[in-house]
Amino acid sequence: MELSVLLPFIVNVIIGGLVLGFVYAIIALGYTMVYGVLQLINFAHSEVFITGAVVGFEVFRILQNSAMNGYLKLLIALVAAMIVSGLLNVLIERLAYRPLRGAPRLVPLITAIGVSLILQDTLRFLEGLQGRFDLTYTLPTGFADKFCSTTSSCAPLGNFLRTIGVDVQLKDVILVIVALVSLGVLNYVVNRTRLGKAIRAVSQDRVTAGLMGIDSNLMISATFLIGGALGGVSGVLFGMKFGTINAYSGFDPGIIAFTAAVLGGIGSIPGAVLGGLLLGVIQNLIGVTNIFGNLLGLANLGTIDASYSKIGPFIVLVLILIFKPTGLLGKSNVEKV
Amino acid sequence: MKKTAMSLSVLAALALGTASAQTTIKIATISPLSGGQSNLGTQIRNGVQLAVNEYAAQFKKAGFNLQLVPYDDQADPATGTAAARKIAADNQILAVVGTLNSGVAIPASAALAPSNLVMVSPANTANQVTDRGLANMNRIVARDDSQGPAGANFITDTLKAKKAYVLNDKTAYGEGLAAEVEKALKAKGVTISGSEGTEEKSDFSSIVAKIKLTKPDAIYFGGIYNQIGVFIKQLRGAGINTPVVGGDGLDSSELPVIIGKAGANNVYYTTVAAPLEALPAAKTFAASFQKTFNTPAQGFGAFGYDAAKVTLQGILDAARANGGKAPSRKQVLDTIRKGTYKGLLSGEVSFNSVGDRKAATLYVIKLTDGKAALETSLAVKPPKN
Repeated sequence: MELSVLLPFIVNVIIGGLVLGFVYAIIALGYTMVYGVLQLINFAHSEVFITGAVVGFEVFRILQNSAMNGYLKLLIALVAAMIVSGLLNVLIERLAYRPLRGAPRLVPLITAIGVSLILQDTLRFLEGLQGRFDLTYTLPTGFADKFCSTTSSCAPLGNFLRTIGVDVQLKDVILVIVALVSLGVLNYVVNRTRLGKAIRAVSQDRVTAGLMGIDSNLMISATFLIGGALGGVSGVLFGMKFGTINAYSGFDPGIIAFTAAVLGGIGSIPGAVLGGLLLGVIQNLIGVTNIFGNLLGLANLGTIDASYSKIGPFIVLVLILIFKPTGLLGKSNVEKV
Repeated sequence: MKKTAMSLSVLAALALGTASAQTTIKIATISPLSGGQSNLGTQIRNGVQLAVNEYAAQFKKAGFNLQLVPYDDQADPATGTAAARKIAADNQILAVVGTLNSGVAIPASAALAPSNLVMVSPANTANQVTDRGLANMNRIVARDDSQGPAGANFITDTLKAKKAYVLNDKTAYGEGLAAEVEKALKAKGVTISGSEGTEEKSDFSSIVAKIKLTKPDAIYFGGIYNQIGVFIKQLRGAGINTPVVGGDGLDSSELPVIIGKAGANNVYYTTVAAPLEALPAAKTFAASFQKTFNTPAQGFGAFGYDAAKVTLQGILDAARANGGKAPSRKQVLDTIRKGTYKGLLSGEVSFNSVGDRKAATLYVIKLTDGKAALETSLAVKPPKN
């Protein structure tokens, strides 16, 4: 195996991992933001995410015969998924978590798992009414084309990718752009607006923030709305990238995104993004380990095939928690006595 | 049946006796007539009904009044077994055609065994169905364990592959199938450039990258259409047009939908239920099926028809050997296991010692632009003879 073959292979694997990582990152934000304000792991978030994917599927299905521009369809799908998932998340908080605000830690956790199961079966039921289970996105045809198919109208990046033999589809590029925009908007809202300031205040100290005149319930709802909307966006991106989803598809990406949030430091927004990207890449690299095993003649490595790829993130998680329990970018909470 | 023969037999029946003096002989079907698989189950029942209609005159001539009793198993083992017990209690029933699902056939045939009631299956492929060695269980379709070698033969002989990549979905079905294929490919000197299992349902990018790197001539994937469809979509999206071969888990009209029209090319799968165009003798059958039931016939309808013809011919032969009197269930069971049946849609049928068809056929279906069509058919033999 000479380098000219191996290099594009490795670059392909890493790029694939990064694209996947962006999906994980945006899901992870939903976990991390909610944890930041409530110290609650919202296990229903994986279903909020897949609800977004289902809404995206429905939008593309309903619009499949309209002559509308593909990007406009995508925008409608994204906005619809944001609204539905965001409101769903607010509703979950209002009905399932708020009444348990004072209860011991375990109670909302069990409730969250219960909500997750209810949502899974509700989605399955709603799609089942129309005789569907596996939902296949009907995307505008251009989305599956090679990014940068003509050399003349290529961006420098596209040119570079072509020369080293890496194939990226247009939808991957769209996914990364949408993810970056979402991250930028979130960053602006949290750090540069009054709303963001209020949310940060509530996450630091709910009681004191309340005394300063911040309506903490409203801020918690806003957090759930933002986290849910991000979940909806990532759901549409996930469905667009992988093509087929069903009501139960949220579990795996949800668990890995949660891991990403913990890895980056739960409660930390940049941490969630870093964790997501890392896990995407690690997962893909583990998935191709056996190739290197075969190349280097290491029989043990050669047995590590794609079936092990999902283990990667969790091994990394355990290692991180042993050496840096707060996660990569997390802050340690020193209890003052 | 020709018109003249038909009228002759009617005349003969009128001359020989009146209907009231005739013994009633029934055959039963067990298949899903309600629920999600009712489409296929109803096909089986209708196929059997058609055969019964055709044989009624012959039975009349022999002095019997032939009837069909259809039972619904709802694709559920418990319901199917309960139906089998009801059937066993009706002494006029001499044979059963069924079932659609191996999971139903296994307990149902066990429930029929004590009363020596013969079962001929038009659809069950699990090895377990006949591996138990029951005297009353026969099938006219190929077994699951013939699919692996057949898939491997197809990869080497038709696709002429020298290098193959084998994948499975880590279920008993997919892993078993892929292991069989891998074994057969290695025996034929094909290089296995990769072999792995994955439970992944959405992200196949690392596997696709490995396939791109190792450049196999063919890919075998043991598993079910909903996972493999997503895999093929991503494979084609990455610009790899290598043929993908699978087992009957791919036999679903959903598969091309999931892959998307553009990528649904160069996809092959082995299946036991032939599409009608694969059965040269099925033209008249399809026409009369359409006329009788007002729906087009499918593969399972044809196999239901064949299975029914085997049982009906078996009953007639047993009656002849019994001096023209109605045969016992045991006589029918022994006659069918020993007999050879010609003139069926799917060719000649005879059974080995455990009830597997001695020369069954597997059909290889090819997807072209999302349309399924017969690529080739492969003769397969059961492990025992």
